[in-house]
Amino acid sequence: MRNGRVYTETVIYSPPEAFVKEAPYQTAIVTLEGGGRVTGRIEGERVVIDDRVEEVEERGGVPFFRKA
Amino acid sequence: MRPVAVIGFGKTRFGAFPDRDLRSLAVEAGQRSLAKANVRPAQIESFFLGNFAGPSFVGQNHLAPYVSTAIGINGVPATRVEAACASSGSAFYHGWTEVAAGVRDIVMVVGVEKMTSQTTARTSEILAEAGDCSGEMKAGNTFASLFAMIARRHMHDFGTKKEHLAAVAVKNHANGALNPDAHMRKAITLEQAMNGKPIADPLNLYDCSLISDGAAAVILAPLERAAEFTDKPVRVLGIAQASDFVALDQKEDITTFPAVRRAGEQAYKMAGVGPQDIEFGELHDCFTIAEIIATEDLGFVKRGGGGAYAFEGCTALKGPRPMNTSGGLKAKGHPVGATGVAQICDVVQQIRGEAGERQIARHSLGLTENLGGSGATCVVTILGAR
Repeated sequence: MRNGRVYTETVIYSPPEAFVKEAPYQTAIVTLEGGGRVTGRIEGERVVIDDRVEEVEERGGVPFFRKA
Repeated sequence: MRPVAVIGFGKTRFGAFPDRDLRSLAVEAGQRSLAKANVRPAQIESFFLGNFAGPSFVGQNHLAPYVSTAIGINGVPATRVEAACASSGSAFYHGWTEVAAGVRDIVMVVGVEKMTSQTTARTSEILAEAGDCSGEMKAGNTFASLFAMIARRHMHDFGTKKEHLAAVAVKNHANGALNPDAHMRKAITLEQAMNGKPIADPLNLYDCSLISDGAAAVILAPLERAAEFTDKPVRVLGIAQASDFVALDQKEDITTFPAVRRAGEQAYKMAGVGPQDIEFGELHDCFTIAEIIATEDLGFVKRGGGGAYAFEGCTALKGPRPMNTSGGLKAKGHPVGATGVAQICDVVQQIRGEAGERQIARHSLGLTENLGGSGATCVVTILGAR
């Protein structure tokens, strides 16, 4: 599981059709330890830029992170 | 390369038109441009159509000859160009290359999108196909949320405020209220713009462009032949198209668009002008933050200064460098595939002094910036009276 820092984030209130039941939810671009960035979802507590996050799981090819 | 001029232009109104289909909108714009230039359909030697997602929005493919033959243009090359929200900017670029290279003389470029027959959630999904569907979009992002993440980072790095974003919406709504062809002809206050329904933090409804139906068309000719068709030719002084990563997470810095910078630099160089010479323009305000960043990437203001530049009125209709006098994508409307050519029409209209209530005083050198996706395509065009 990967760790990193939040590069940017948003909370989505107006989702695409397939995600309507999950809204509102937070997505973020995470700068990974060791380099590179990935776009994922945030579970639990909301995060802000520069927060440290850890990967909880990968679902359907999407990494889910939570505040470390 | 030979000099190229816009000899005719025409647009439909932008809005939600339940009783109009894609083809009838495109035909109306095409016919208006023909009438404006006194050109017969049989004189068109090549046809380009900018369209993002006709197959998904209205279930029709093979759109270029589908539209061109309905205008009465038959037998000549008819080519569709897709580059997300920059589809018709790119179609214009390709039409221009044919005329500039001497391959064709009289070329029509149409942009069209019919969006409002789908729900907003389905529309978001179709638009999301212009992002990276194997990564960022699978996580549940929308274009609004990608630009929200850009805005967040811009706020973090440069101190850009929500008031700055809202100022762009207020300005473009004020301009749109003066445009009879605009989708939304309603002025709004800063307080309203700050307190819209949340879409993706920090963006609310007023930070987002409209979902619209509409079409726009232009006719190009070599400058040396322009006088056969019009006494008000508008010259394409500089033009460039540039590209970048589709996925936002592949970019080193999301607060700037390298494709905009590259296209801008090349277009300035071709035109032999710099940002300081540009009097006005139409910028791709798909979201308020995008207009702010465009003013920075095109060199009108320093990196990070775009928010204050808008807030202080520098880009207002009566400001020193008016931007989006049409109302922009925000108020004029954003039928995705029509936008690039519509921007060209709006600048041509100002240069010709035909912009009515929103006509500006200095209107001899204008620019358009048409952005695709979250910056993977950009077309910058510089147009002038001579």
